[in-house]
Amino acid sequence: MPGPIAETLAGLLLVATLVSAVVRPWGLPEALVAVPAAGLLLLLGILPLGQAGAEARSLAPTIGFLAAVLVLANLCDRFGLFEAAGTWMAAGSRGRPVTLLALVFAIASTVTAVLSLDATVVLLTPAVFATVARLRLRAKPHVYACTHLANSASLLLPVSNLTNLLAFSASGLSFVRFGATMALPWLAAIAVEWLVLRRFFAVDLVGHAEPVAQARNPVPVFACVVVVLTLLGFFVTSVLHVAPAFAALGGAVILAVPALVSRRATVRDVGLALEVPFLAFVLALGLIVKAVSIHGLGTLVTHLVPGGTSLGALLLIAVIAAALANLINNLPAVLLLLPAASVAGPGAVLAMLIGVNTGPNLTYVGSLATLLWRRVLRQRGEELPLSEFVRLGALTVPLVLVASTVALWVSLRLMG
Amino acid sequence: MMPAVRIVIWVVEGTWQGCIDAASHGLPSGAQVALLHVTPSDVAEVASAATTGLLGRAFAGRRAVRSFQDVADGAASELLAAAAARLGRQDAELLRRRGRVEREVIRAVVENVDLLVVARDGDHSRLGPHSLGPATRFVVDHAPCAVLLVWPDEPPGIESIPPPPPPGHHPPPYRD
Repeated sequence: MPGPIAETLAGLLLVATLVSAVVRPWGLPEALVAVPAAGLLLLLGILPLGQAGAEARSLAPTIGFLAAVLVLANLCDRFGLFEAAGTWMAAGSRGRPVTLLALVFAIASTVTAVLSLDATVVLLTPAVFATVARLRLRAKPHVYACTHLANSASLLLPVSNLTNLLAFSASGLSFVRFGATMALPWLAAIAVEWLVLRRFFAVDLVGHAEPVAQARNPVPVFACVVVVLTLLGFFVTSVLHVAPAFAALGGAVILAVPALVSRRATVRDVGLALEVPFLAFVLALGLIVKAVSIHGLGTLVTHLVPGGTSLGALLLIAVIAAALANLINNLPAVLLLLPAASVAGPGAVLAMLIGVNTGPNLTYVGSLATLLWRRVLRQRGEELPLSEFVRLGALTVPLVLVASTVALWVSLRLMG
Repeated sequence: MMPAVRIVIWVVEGTWQGCIDAASHGLPSGAQVALLHVTPSDVAEVASAATTGLLGRAFAGRRAVRSFQDVADGAASELLAAAAARLGRQDAELLRRRGRVEREVIRAVVENVDLLVVARDGDHSRLGPHSLGPATRFVVDHAPCAVLLVWPDEPPGIESIPPPPPPGHHPPPYRD
């Protein structure tokens, strides 16, 4: 097939895949368009089998890692970890809303870093919401904090965000080195979020919770121990040069067996928790982006991403990544930028991650495209006062981008 | 016979106890009382729609939990019941609304309401032009009835008044 036609077709299929992921016609999984699109590219030879195989092999550990972390988080929920966190935050706050917000920050940052942003968005946020409702305090600061930290606090470890997992192997960094380099940027992002949210919501952080009867949720010691051991496993496997995905797999299996025996979860539940359609989507999207990259877009992106690890270069990469993540979604954004960023070195990859991870806080649905589409769908429904969320994002995102990137620059200098 | 005075008390998390206590001192006997709570609609929307950004990672296998809207509605009902009990007026009408808070409050008092009781929110350590929160400010400005603004906590002492400006200092001219 002539180059220009192949290029155009690959580009169109990528656009179709992204549009269907945003629009989700009839709520169907995004794999439904992505998988046939990838198949078509293979069938027409636009993506040569050899290159597709290489791409699939490089994505496989990431996809396995993702599946294990999804199951781990889901099982922690079935053991009552997030309800227990809610009870603990309620007790620790002593009824003071500012103390409660500080505890929400601590828990949301930890859960995001260790069990990924998915766990914070899907599993922790409902527990926080229920806790705040029981305490009869205003929910807004605490819920907005969870949503923001799910993104901003996902910088620390490769497991914290799917974008990190995708970039992890390409960065050439070990698990430990990744975490050590991102510790300062992670802390900087959380500090900026705290300073801004604390001021932004000062009006809503008033009063005192009543000593209402709290639900008693004992801390699930076993699940906590498994999570801590898994975290240690990440570091041990990293030191032994074994894929850290095995530590996640080990944690998931150790938690799954008693969960199945005690009937907290069925085999079907664990199967659903694997999110197979989504894993297929990631693989297909990776292949489509690969096809687009080898047909021209790759060179374009390489020109766009600056080389070097000067502060200016890192900031530019972070801003480009944040802009692209907001235009589409951070997942395709990372796949598009990764080849060019990994050529420029680990510093560039980490700066890109700061952009794609913290940028989406401008919206609460992952990208402006999704936000606009939701507005279109809702036009006849109730009007939502979302200007507040966008205003908050406009305040935090630029500050977090700059603070975290400067912290990364310092970190890279310190680590040598 | 004179029609009974209609009073609406706006109940908000964090300040409602003080608001009810302050209101109960000045309730005229025979007044019809309604207690109003508004759930901001953006919180549940933000919390539930954040999953959209995760694309397909929607945790299909997770156990069922109550929806955010459900939790918020339940909490609002319980708060209104607790407020009625604290006021000692089990006959109070309970008004539960959802939407843009300040606009829903105005909508609730637009007809046949004589008095709206509102707690001062905002930062009480820095009193001044901005010491009312934006929602309260909007309600005070636009309510088509008398508004009673009460301190939900201890009212500040007169020592909170700043010292007078030095001689020769003039406040900036008022601009329309």
